[in-house]
Amino acid sequence: MAAFEPVLLARIERPESHTLADYESTGGYQTLRRVLGSQSPEEVIDEVKRSGLRGRGGAGFPTGLKWTFLPKERKGPTYFCLNADESEPGTFNNRILMEEDPHQVLEGLILSCYATGTTTAFFYMRYEYPLAWKRIGRAIEECYEAGYLGKNILGSGYDLDVVPHRGAAAYICGEETGLIESLEGKRAWPRIKPPFPAVEGAFRQPTVVNNVETVACVRHICERGADWFRSMGVPPDPDNPRDAGSFGPKLYCLSGHVERPGCFEAPLGLTVRELIDGYGGGVWKGRRAKAAIPGGISMGLLTEDEFDCPLDFNGPGRYGCLGLGTAAVVVLDETVEMVDFLHNSCRFFAHESCGQCTPCREGTAWALRILERIRAGRGRLVDLDILLQIGDSIGIIPGTTICGLADGAAWPIKNAIRKFRDEFESYIRRTNPQGYEESEPVPALDWTTH
Amino acid sequence: MTAVEPTQAEAAKPLTPEMVAEIRRLCDRYPDRRAVVLPALHVVHQRWRMVPRSAVVEIAELLGLAPAEVQDTLSFYGFFKQDRPHGVVRAWVCRSISCALRGGDGLLERLCELAGTRPGEPSRDGALTVEAAECLGACEHAPCVLANETLYRSVDPEEAVELFRKLRQQAALEEGSEAAPEGASAGEAHEE
Ligand SMILES: Cc1cc2nc3c(=O)[nH]c(=O)nc-3n(C[C@H](O)[C@H](O)[C@H](O)COP(=O)(O)O)c2cc1C
Ligand code: SF4
Ligand code: FES
Repeated sequence: MAAFEPVLLARIERPESHTLADYESTGGYQTLRRVLGSQSPEEVIDEVKRSGLRGRGGAGFPTGLKWTFLPKERKGPTYFCLNADESEPGTFNNRILMEEDPHQVLEGLILSCYATGTTTAFFYMRYEYPLAWKRIGRAIEECYEAGYLGKNILGSGYDLDVVPHRGAAAYICGEETGLIESLEGKRAWPRIKPPFPAVEGAFRQPTVVNNVETVACVRHICERGADWFRSMGVPPDPDNPRDAGSFGPKLYCLSGHVERPGCFEAPLGLTVRELIDGYGGGVWKGRRAKAAIPGGISMGLLTEDEFDCPLDFNGPGRYGCLGLGTAAVVVLDETVEMVDFLHNSCRFFAHESCGQCTPCREGTAWALRILERIRAGRGRLVDLDILLQIGDSIGIIPGTTICGLADGAAWPIKNAIRKFRDEFESYIRRTNPQGYEESEPVPALDWTTH
Repeated sequence: MTAVEPTQAEAAKPLTPEMVAEIRRLCDRYPDRRAVVLPALHVVHQRWRMVPRSAVVEIAELLGLAPAEVQDTLSFYGFFKQDRPHGVVRAWVCRSISCALRGGDGLLERLCELAGTRPGEPSRDGALTVEAAECLGACEHAPCVLANETLYRSVDPEEAVELFRKLRQQAALEEGSEAAPEGASAGEAHEE
């Protein structure tokens, strides 16, 4: 394989990388100009399909295929929602793209909207990104001034408006139908699917939801072609008929106990160990790692001896994790108490559950209460089985909830306890020497709101 | 028709004509009025650091909705303050995993102590609200604090006192520019 050349992060070190002038000076919007002048939307969809691009927002759904789910005959408008809600703990690649190269994102967005026949796109950005908000806002203005947005873009007859829309600090707005509900001005309660957004989404119209990194990839696929994209990554696993392969470059976020945290671009299929040692300078302070989360906290945990897990769409699942997620790796060194890790994870999900499904609302809240009690020195061995019971029974996979937040809450519980059971048990024996074997119900600690 | 008499605090924080104009402008960008609820709440919250109940009623009138619909949306997002404004500076201290691994929880606790408040509540002088945040999407800079538009990166939890001093300074600066809302914000400066 030829030496890897970054494309998504190629420009970010340039001092004025976020301006239109700088973007154009490196060939920016030439691809848009060429595509609008010479290709039909169907041709763009075909190219994206052929590239094998899968969504970068967490679910890994093939992008071109998703676009073909839009009804053929559409009377009303089609909407595009760009998912820039990025709130999965450990994940910050969308932020870097939006802050440092907003026009790359916008060119990708415009191409994606053209392909899907959209004339209005909503750029849904989480609130906590003030710099990205400013830069994207400014970049959108520049696009209108330069004729890349608005009516009759570059004389092609194609019209597109992009509306920046700001969230209000709620993780669930990243779930695509939660995002749509939030955009519509309601509480961000995910919808039961089907209907999928492509059929009935925002304002009851066909709607495409894609992640920021996904549309950035579209921009490069349009410039360099599907074959270029497919030349990187991992082909489908022949033993897994459902695997559609993992092609193209990926932005890996690395944080936690590493020497050099950061966002790095590499072809899909990099292993966790290569990422930590080769890009992150190894575990910090000369320590050993104990575990890592492979793709945002929702994906669960890998133990240190599982670090050869490749970070492609198929890899983490083979190690009992939920999936690749956002490819955000967080390293836990040997000093981390797994009880503390799990408490942190459970606190996050209890706080972020939207509350509409009882198993998720109650399951995440009780898991947190149990972890708090364990940390207060009142844990019992039986608590571990109760936690596993919660973990095994909430989520789309067991079929008890509307959205995948509950699966994301369940996986850290299941992985942490199943992969580190001895550690949990010895923690409980050590901190509750009198009562660890009790099995009578234990009252909860005073319950405060979180 | 306003059903409830605004309280004194609310009367001091009306929907200004500028806010009304901005909310009207926003209406053109969305296919339906209800979609303007969140942007409208932001318009008010940005200025008053809270959304008084009287403003909820006014927004509802502007958008042709029942006040309960606006209130329902507002209350879903823990983001919006309603009973009293957050501090001039709202400091979100991240407690999610990457920050927690590098001392985020301790930092939150220490800052609250220094401010003499509980998470989410403003300091007595109204300068500062210290609040727990979930992942701020800046994990490479853990532990980090987002204070209005300023991101304090890779904060040393041992140096909470120093950060507290900077936050007070920021509050003093921004209080000045709040008086003239068009003035430059103290943002952009990204501290290491
Ligand atoms: C709880 C939850 C949170 C999510 N958060 C995000 C997010 O912040 N950003 C994102 O792009 N996708 C997120 N997703 C995935 C979206 O539902 C959706 O699959 C994605 O935006 C589709 O875009 P893609 O195909 O380009 O990846 C989340 C999913 C769940 C279940
Ligand atoms: S699974 Fe949880 S977050 Fe998702 S819709 Fe149900 S309650 Fe809400
Ligand atoms: S965990 Fe703190 S910014 Fe992501």
